[in-house]
Amino acid sequence: MQTEPSKSANLIQSLCAQFNAIHIDHLEKRWITISLMVVGLLVGIITLDAFFHGVNPPSKVETIDSASLHLSKEFAEDNLGVQVDGKGAVTIRMVAGRYSFFPKHIDVPAETPLTFRWVSMDVLHGVHIPMTNMSTMIVPGYVAQVSTTFPKPGEYPLLCNEYCGLGHNHMWSNISVIAKEDWKAPVKSPANGEQ
Amino acid sequence: MIDATTRKLALSHLWVAFAAFIVACFMGEYQVLERSGFFPVLDSAPVYFASVSTHGVLMAFVLTTFFIMGFGYTIATTSLKQPVWNKPLAWGGFWLALVGVVLAAIPLLTGKASVLYTFYPPIVAHAAFYIGATLLVVGSWVWCAIMLVMFSQWKTANPGQAVPLPMFATAANAMLWLWTSAGVALEVLFQLIPLSLGWIDTVDPGLARTLFAWTLHPIVYFWLIPAYTAFYVFVPKQAGGYLFSDEMARIAFIVLAVFALPIGFHHLYMDPEQASGWKLLHGIGTFVVALPTLVTGFTVIASLEIAGRLRGGKGLFGWILTLPWTNTMVLSVILALLMLIFGGFGGIVNASYAMNAMIHNTAWVPGHFHLIFGGTTIIMYFAIAYYLWPLLTGKALFSNIMAVTQLWLWFIGMAILTTPWHVLGLLGQPRRISSVVYNNLLTLAWKPYEFMMIFGGLILLGSACLFIYNLVKTQLNPTSETVVAEEIEFAEPIHAVTTLPEYLNGLRLWNKVIAVLMAVSFGYPILQFFFMKTFGSSAWGY
Ligand code: HEM
Ligand SMILES: [Cu+2]
Ligand SMILES: [Cu+2]
Repeated sequence: MQTEPSKSANLIQSLCAQFNAIHIDHLEKRWITISLMVVGLLVGIITLDAFFHGVNPPSKVETIDSASLHLSKEFAEDNLGVQVDGKGAVTIRMVAGRYSFFPKHIDVPAETPLTFRWVSMDVLHGVHIPMTNMSTMIVPGYVAQVSTTFPKPGEYPLLCNEYCGLGHNHMWSNISVIAKEDWKAPVKSPANGEQ
Repeated sequence: MIDATTRKLALSHLWVAFAAFIVACFMGEYQVLERSGFFPVLDSAPVYFASVSTHGVLMAFVLTTFFIMGFGYTIATTSLKQPVWNKPLAWGGFWLALVGVVLAAIPLLTGKASVLYTFYPPIVAHAAFYIGATLLVVGSWVWCAIMLVMFSQWKTANPGQAVPLPMFATAANAMLWLWTSAGVALEVLFQLIPLSLGWIDTVDPGLARTLFAWTLHPIVYFWLIPAYTAFYVFVPKQAGGYLFSDEMARIAFIVLAVFALPIGFHHLYMDPEQASGWKLLHGIGTFVVALPTLVTGFTVIASLEIAGRLRGGKGLFGWILTLPWTNTMVLSVILALLMLIFGGFGGIVNASYAMNAMIHNTAWVPGHFHLIFGGTTIIMYFAIAYYLWPLLTGKALFSNIMAVTQLWLWFIGMAILTTPWHVLGLLGQPRRISSVVYNNLLTLAWKPYEFMMIFGGLILLGSACLFIYNLVKTQLNPTSETVVAEEIEFAEPIHAVTTLPEYLNGLRLWNKVIAVLMAVSFGYPILQFFFMKTFGSSAWGY
């Protein structure tokens, strides 16, 4: 391997020269250019979305001991469900375990930014609210955080979408999305003076 | 005529592959029946998941690996015109892989390894499952070694000459598979086998998923390369024309092998253990690897057009009609491309980073990969088998019309099976469920699609039976005059290859490029598990 910069520049030059000597049909060249442009466009869109619109999948790398959730403050049983903090931000803490999501039913407001925090108490699960982008894998040992907004009020199921054992198809619970003006923050929330 | 050793070696591998395939097809039809809910007697989660686990392993690991090995031996000996290097070793690899399959099949069939073909911890199977899978992979490494040795021996013996294209593709696939299988090998050897034997108490499922994702993307290119090889080296000749460009074919294979590897995180888009920057990087790579497929599509269609015009086709589309539609290779490539076009659109949705959230782990996903893997890839495996069988057995194919019917049925069956499967995904149905018990109105909309899938599956099963029947009848035919003293025929390029830089004729440089790309894209994401405070999970049953 050459180490000197001038030598490696020569190397690259000769590689390019060799490449240009290959026979490539002009139609093929044109097609490759079109393909490159299409791929470039798609890559450009997702990159711009990620950087400027914050369109990212759930990726907050945060660890937790799934074997002792009951001892953790955040995911202890009486701290689960919907909470609103002093600034009005809505956070929903949920535990996945064979075969349900806990709490089994929650009410959330429509047209409001929501932050879901999911953990598993046993094996790998996944959760999806059909026809929305509230989707994440729930990997034991990690907290899966998803931010989303539901535009339309209604009753939605929460379905487990990763094989987690023979009862996998029984793993689901419900979520009610309520019109913004009808929704009341749960009493437990710090916003209501508790905790 | 292909030499006797190669014929025996190839036929043994291919028969294991197709035996696995036909068994798995029966399971597939059982699965669509069971999950539809129309037959309450069938309803059983333990049987369903034992079946899906076995079906997945047989299709994704056994059919593919044995087919690729058998195909590789045939290509190497015929294109290089030299015998298999180290025959005892080749047979050793075959038996090792076969023993592995049997070892894994025992727990699979007895419900002791219902962990699906992705076997994500912390659910664990019986240790025999992991050990059997390891032997299968080690057997395939033997094949890789033989391919690479034959490749470099030929180059040493023929300095300055272009390695025949079919062998170039096969060697690239061997290199690809060695890199690909390393991820899952690390997972199985350091995490799953020790955990299943009780040598360690916990594993980190995040690390396990990261290592599995290393393998999960490039493995599909390992399966696909034989199909692409047939596109380039058999199709143009069978259609009566020439290969449009030999050089571009090499470039396509190289880009496939190199860029298939560092992009596995598109399987982890929805995972919490990797940060979004890494996911974006792999996401971009995922689009790059679409390029060789676009180039391949172009070259294949251009080669077909040349053939169609040489056969007298006129006008913009007239050449399509003059193609030999009853030639199994030509028909297969047309049907494969059609399925690839539809599958490709679906793939763009999957790959698109944020759109992925809508369909991740829904029924859309098995719908997508049945179309593109069970459809595009497997129909080319059929075509290759139809082409090779007379050459390997020395007997004429039992029935060409039956073969043509079989291919059409496979295409129609795939369309009927996978279209409703995609729709179910858009309607929110999760994948991998044995029955629908969600007490929700949404599920009423699923019923008609489940029903359609039963018919798609039946057509596919019928098609699969015709395929096996045709091969068996060919091979067992005692009276067939030995028509086939012919040689295997590889397509000629329109322009003979005149100059070929060493980097389009060898793999050394690309091996180094892969090492760098893998270090960049997987280095930190794997090392992070050793830097941060993580919590392992103990083993769970299912
Ligand atoms: C007779 C035709 C076939 C039918 C009816 C069929 C049906 C099915 C069904 C119902 C599942 C379960 C999916 C789930 O529970 O979400 C499945 C899984 C699978 N099939 Fe097929 N299949 C067929 C052929 C094939 C072929 C030809 C391949 C590939 C070569 C294939 C590869 C797979 C794989 C890898 C899985 C495992 C998926 C998982 O674990 O999520 N199948 N198939
Ligand atoms: Cu589940
Ligand atoms: Cu992939």
